[in-house]
Amino acid sequence: MSSRPILKLSRITKRFGAVIANDDVSISLAQGEILALLGENGAGKTTLMNILFGHYAPDEGTVSVDGALLPPGQPLAAIRAGVGMVHQHFSLAPNLTVLENVMTGTEPLWSFRSARTGGRRKLVALSERFGLIVDPDARVGDLSVGERQRVEILKALYNDARILILDEPTAVLTRQEAERLFAVLRQMARQGLSLVLISHKLDEVMTTADRVVVLRGGKVAAERMTADTDKAELAELMVGRRVTRPARAAAKRGAIAFEAAGLCAAGAGAAPLDTVSFRLYEGEILAIIGVSGNGQTTLADVMFGTRKPDAGDLLLHGRPFEGGSVWAVHEAGIGRIPEDRNREGVVGDMTIWENAVLERIRSPRFSRRGIVDRAAGIAFAEQIMAEFDVRGGTPTRRIRALSGGNVQKLILGRNLLDNPRIIVAAQPTRGLDEGAVVAVHDRLLEARQRGAALMLISEDLDEVIGLADRVQAIVKGRLSPPVPADRADPRLLGLMMAGDWQRAGDISAGEMAHAS
Amino acid sequence: MTELTDILSAAGLWAAMLRIATPLIFGTLGALIGERAGVLNLGIEGIMTFGAVTGWLVVFNGADLWVGVLAAALAGMAFGLLHALMTVTLGLSQHVTGLGITLFASSLGYFIFRLTTPAASTPPTITPFQPLSSAMPGIASLFDGGFWGAVVFSQTTLTFAAIAMAGLLAYIIRATPLGLAIRMSGENPHAAEAQGINPVVIRYGTVMIGSALMAIGGAFLTLSAFNSFFPGMVQGRGWICIALVVFATWRPERALFGALLFAFFDAFQLRLQAVLADSVPYQLFLMVPYLISILALIVMARQARVPQALMQPYRRGER
Repeated sequence: MSSRPILKLSRITKRFGAVIANDDVSISLAQGEILALLGENGAGKTTLMNILFGHYAPDEGTVSVDGALLPPGQPLAAIRAGVGMVHQHFSLAPNLTVLENVMTGTEPLWSFRSARTGGRRKLVALSERFGLIVDPDARVGDLSVGERQRVEILKALYNDARILILDEPTAVLTRQEAERLFAVLRQMARQGLSLVLISHKLDEVMTTADRVVVLRGGKVAAERMTADTDKAELAELMVGRRVTRPARAAAKRGAIAFEAAGLCAAGAGAAPLDTVSFRLYEGEILAIIGVSGNGQTTLADVMFGTRKPDAGDLLLHGRPFEGGSVWAVHEAGIGRIPEDRNREGVVGDMTIWENAVLERIRSPRFSRRGIVDRAAGIAFAEQIMAEFDVRGGTPTRRIRALSGGNVQKLILGRNLLDNPRIIVAAQPTRGLDEGAVVAVHDRLLEARQRGAALMLISEDLDEVIGLADRVQAIVKGRLSPPVPADRADPRLLGLMMAGDWQRAGDISAGEMAHAS
Repeated sequence: MTELTDILSAAGLWAAMLRIATPLIFGTLGALIGERAGVLNLGIEGIMTFGAVTGWLVVFNGADLWVGVLAAALAGMAFGLLHALMTVTLGLSQHVTGLGITLFASSLGYFIFRLTTPAASTPPTITPFQPLSSAMPGIASLFDGGFWGAVVFSQTTLTFAAIAMAGLLAYIIRATPLGLAIRMSGENPHAAEAQGINPVVIRYGTVMIGSALMAIGGAFLTLSAFNSFFPGMVQGRGWICIALVVFATWRPERALFGALLFAFFDAFQLRLQAVLADSVPYQLFLMVPYLISILALIVMARQARVPQALMQPYRRGER
């Protein structure tokens, strides 16, 4: 690795209103190096890279490439200096072809011809050199997520990027796609490209990067060579404290809070539910595990009131429950933590306080005679933000400005603050960083301790083993019999998720009757 | 049945089709290019009206016909600038802004017309563009009396300019770097910005050029199709153009086809009215082109790939 810095960020400070996103951050990158920028959601990683790429102008500080200063706030200057950025959310036009997406902006605008043939040749050569195989004439909208990411990387390489910034590149990829991507990245570094990998995943940082810069609260918290550190140290540096899985107190199982018997529901584009039965007890967490796409979404929809069951009975505290309406679910005291927080959890263009009160806007606490009580809403949002440690904004800012972990904490807060007796959480920690995961787990366990009945729909087995009291697997829309969580080892859970309930039942023999 | 074949084989029908289509082609192309960059321009009806007034007034006051066309185009651009200012820079609703511009531009047009021309029972006239047969009598005489002579050489230069414009825009959008920049601005302005294209400039440019085309379409009515201006003469052509853009699935070559198709039915129903005047009320015939365009819209628009960022204001640094 050469020691000559190809990129230097010096003393960058960026403020958004009252929030300081970057505070006196300095970073340098050597040629042929893979540098990981590690930090929790909201630590300021993305802001820093947007400054480097010229999307934002910094309030203070400079960016230089090969010793030459970049003019602030000009993406074109960054591109010309050889900086390429692959965003977490792809910047692609689905209606255009791969070649068109890549060639946009690469030719003088007023030329009456476009060198498509030469462009195609260059694109194909690049994709072969780095193993980024994709059809130049395919419509981007028809490509898989992994292929779209390849297009994003090719776009940067096509512009002769020597410095490539990847913002959480694996957030949307499957495991196989992610491993393939890292092989490509290492090959690029060997061929002399310099890379910045923004991530909050410790595993990929340790296996891929040469050096790690840890950001915390907008500042550089530490800098380490990956050879000289380990995951535990990095995790601690990142969150500023030791990361521990929550300790689980013994269950004090109470009465049946919610019961479903013979539940059937059609799925809209998702797997349907087929005669599903389960019980939620007070003071207990029931986990629903399974490979994604086996009916989890439909089950969550029924529990959230966005889908009416076609058959079967629902009992709420022993009384028949209609369901099928979000208001009915809310009024029944069921807290909902939806799977896709940005689509079903919050409205991105509305403010934080509006999102905080949206579900309970009919309550006299927040509206009187059809007039919304803005002050009460803001106070409620402030209370949530303080008690649930939501960072990155003020109640009157748009919720879109918050990072994923902070949005999730707000959703948790608005549900848990009222102490609901039943809570349904679908994939509550998906895409969150370690610190936020711990916070979410702590809150769910707190609710259990308080006597709430919880249903946790999750694909994360560590999470399930750490939190659940009983586990049921969902396979092709059917639910397995429940298994006590302290009996559940990876092999048993694997059999359950594979649908081999006979053998799973044999393994946990005797416990089954006790558990149900 | 013989009446039908008579109508279809008459050169007059096809000549009328080209004439009726011309303002629609200009208007549709003008709306289309803006929408391709992400800006819907419902100011079209008013901009066409204003273009019709401006072109006519300039010629009425002694200027050359082409100066009239140019003046109309510049006036259209001014309204395009206003629309872009409000929708692109200020990020206001494109629907509301567009409708506002339609009301403003047509009222201003009528006002200026009333101020500058005396009220009269028959509106004052100008000498409009002459058909090709008199502009180039040498070539036209070769086709004299024939079908093509009557269809093609009865048109004015503006009609051919409209058709050429459709071809030019189709080429620019499909095959040039500028066209790609326009499409990217309408599909994903953030991606355009990230690749060094300024979507704000592209949107301003396309809205202003598009508005100029709309105004020329309006000016065709007063400088070529008729020889005078009267209030209400644009008659909803702007709204037809907005529908034609969808019908054309945002492609100039299909816009040309759509405008011709609509014009054909319009010309056809006019002639059918004369034949069936005794048995069918003429209002029914007036509906025919609109009914057919709605039907065609249903069929065509379902397969359309709408520009993804259409009607979405672009704000830097937000996604």
